[in-house]
Amino acid sequence: MKKLINNAEDVTLEQLKGFGLAYDSIDVHLDPNFVCVAGGVKDRVALVSGGGSGHEPLHGGYVGMGMLDAACPGQVFTSPTPDQMVAACKAVNGGKGVLQIVKNYTGDVLNFQMAADILRDEGIEVRNVIIDDDVALKDSLYTAGRRGLGTTVVAEKVCGAAALEGYDLDQLAALCKKVNTFGKSMGMALTSCTTPQNGTPSFELAEDEMEIGIGIHGEPGTTRSKIKSADEVTEILANRILEDEAYTRNLSEWDAEKGDWVDVEVKDIVFQSGDEVIAIVNGMGGTPLSELYTVYAKLAEVAGRHGVKILRNLVGNYITSLEMAGVSITLVKTDDEILRLYDAPVKTPALRWGA
Amino acid sequence: MADALAGPKTVTGPMIRAWIETSAEVFAANRGHLSDLDSPIGDADHGNNMNRGFNAVLEKLPEGDDIGALLKSVAMTLIAKVGGAAGPLYGTLFLEGSKPLMGKTELSQADLAQFFEDAIAGVKKRGRSDVGMKTMLDALVPASEAFQAETAQGGEILAALRAAANAAESGMKATIPMQAQRGRASYLGERSIGHQDPGATSSYLIVQALSDAVEKASE
Ligand SMILES: Nc1ncnc2c1ncn2[C@@H]1O[C@H](COP(=O)(O)OP(=O)(O)OP(=O)(O)O)[C@@H](O)[C@H]1O
Ligand SMILES: [Mg+2]
Repeated sequence: MKKLINNAEDVTLEQLKGFGLAYDSIDVHLDPNFVCVAGGVKDRVALVSGGGSGHEPLHGGYVGMGMLDAACPGQVFTSPTPDQMVAACKAVNGGKGVLQIVKNYTGDVLNFQMAADILRDEGIEVRNVIIDDDVALKDSLYTAGRRGLGTTVVAEKVCGAAALEGYDLDQLAALCKKVNTFGKSMGMALTSCTTPQNGTPSFELAEDEMEIGIGIHGEPGTTRSKIKSADEVTEILANRILEDEAYTRNLSEWDAEKGDWVDVEVKDIVFQSGDEVIAIVNGMGGTPLSELYTVYAKLAEVAGRHGVKILRNLVGNYITSLEMAGVSITLVKTDDEILRLYDAPVKTPALRWGA
Repeated sequence: MADALAGPKTVTGPMIRAWIETSAEVFAANRGHLSDLDSPIGDADHGNNMNRGFNAVLEKLPEGDDIGALLKSVAMTLIAKVGGAAGPLYGTLFLEGSKPLMGKTELSQADLAQFFEDAIAGVKKRGRSDVGMKTMLDALVPASEAFQAETAQGGEILAALRAAANAAESGMKATIPMQAQRGRASYLGERSIGHQDPGATSSYLIVQALSDAVEKASE
């Protein structure tokens, strides 16, 4: 393992310290660890997310005006714990409730649920919305279901703008769920990655191999094959996304009337000719931008062939997996509401425009 | 070794405390083993999670013999400090199990049976999971069933706990040929077959620790 670190145990802490020093507009709290907008939130719904570290800029890099109000970083690739979420939500609660955006990984889902239960007991209204947009996984009955990938970034941006516009908690949760059903992603890896704690790569990939359908925690993907050209890889990922059938699954949701978590059936859209989308071509942390632009060129062509028009795009590192080389593609269908909120001003370390 | 007839008629507060302490020792000793099991089908952290969690549990454990309070403290520490899938699931297990036991300093055999049932119901609900999915439930559910079966046949607490531990061990081994349907391991599909589930293993260790703690206390 060759890494620019001091001690493997200290990486999360040290990165948080640096992050806090780098951005005046963000407060860093330690033990329990969370970052939040300086000055707090008044008279509107607060937006909180979190997950394992190692996916930077997710989530801390999206804390700021027009996006997240707080983020809870876990240890590298490990979900944060409820004490972090409880502290973060209390710090930014502006009296109108808190929406927690949760990527669909068992640890994240369960820990955010426990946090919501604790917060509710203390009189704070909370909703959790799960993002599960990874089309590499087909089935939800016999697996933990699709993982959360790049749609998370769009959900955080759009919901952050909506919170500023004054959406109430129910409206904001409904919007977040809509973005989730409108978004689909898929990723691939050219190399594996190594967490500082483990010290060895989480899976082995030969020099001439690639892994399709990876998640963001160094978990192996769905298929391994000989490496292909950028165009061929982009065709595979884009076609899987654009041709993905309507995915139906049950997601856990808090039912305020029943006072319990219930399963709610959720169904994704299917992309159709005439759709307009936001596209993300995301590096996994170790991919040169030049390669990502190559992918974007092909993506625009494949989308065009399906009659799908890319209205906005992000090309770069937005949801990474440490130093992994590879790419994930995300397409989120837009409508007037999503586009308006996406275009609204945002000022965070990793995403800023119009402000 | 104490024979079954010489065993205790109730499980006391000190025995529950001994169970928690024994569990912490067992997870310290099995940290590497559990994380190794979690490596091929997970993210190689289960042993670290359980070890870290039970160390914190010991630090926070309150004084006194109120069994409900002891178990609730275990729950709240595991929930707050462990993370991953195991923290909330084991936290829920102890939390749901502790609810009917608040204020009790002694548990009857029926109380213990109820503890197992409530604990398991909590895990099933929180995890949206059941037996056969290659999880901790594959050790816990057979343990609870064996406890009840031995009790129904007239076996006393210690005999029932030994039966539960044996059933948990068999249940743990039975996860090897299973395909995982929950948690990280489920992403591997068929590639999860052939590996023992780390969560089922930690669950077996917890049940065995209870049996051992009660046996030792009654020697
Ligand atoms: N839905 C579930 N229901 C019951 N048990 C589960 C469920 N999901 C996972 N488990 C158990 O949890 C164990 C894994 O626990 P571990 O501490 O390694 O968490 P993790 O999966 O690594 O969490 P994270 O992915 O957040 O890091 C599995 O071996 C399995 O027994
Ligand atoms: Mg694990």
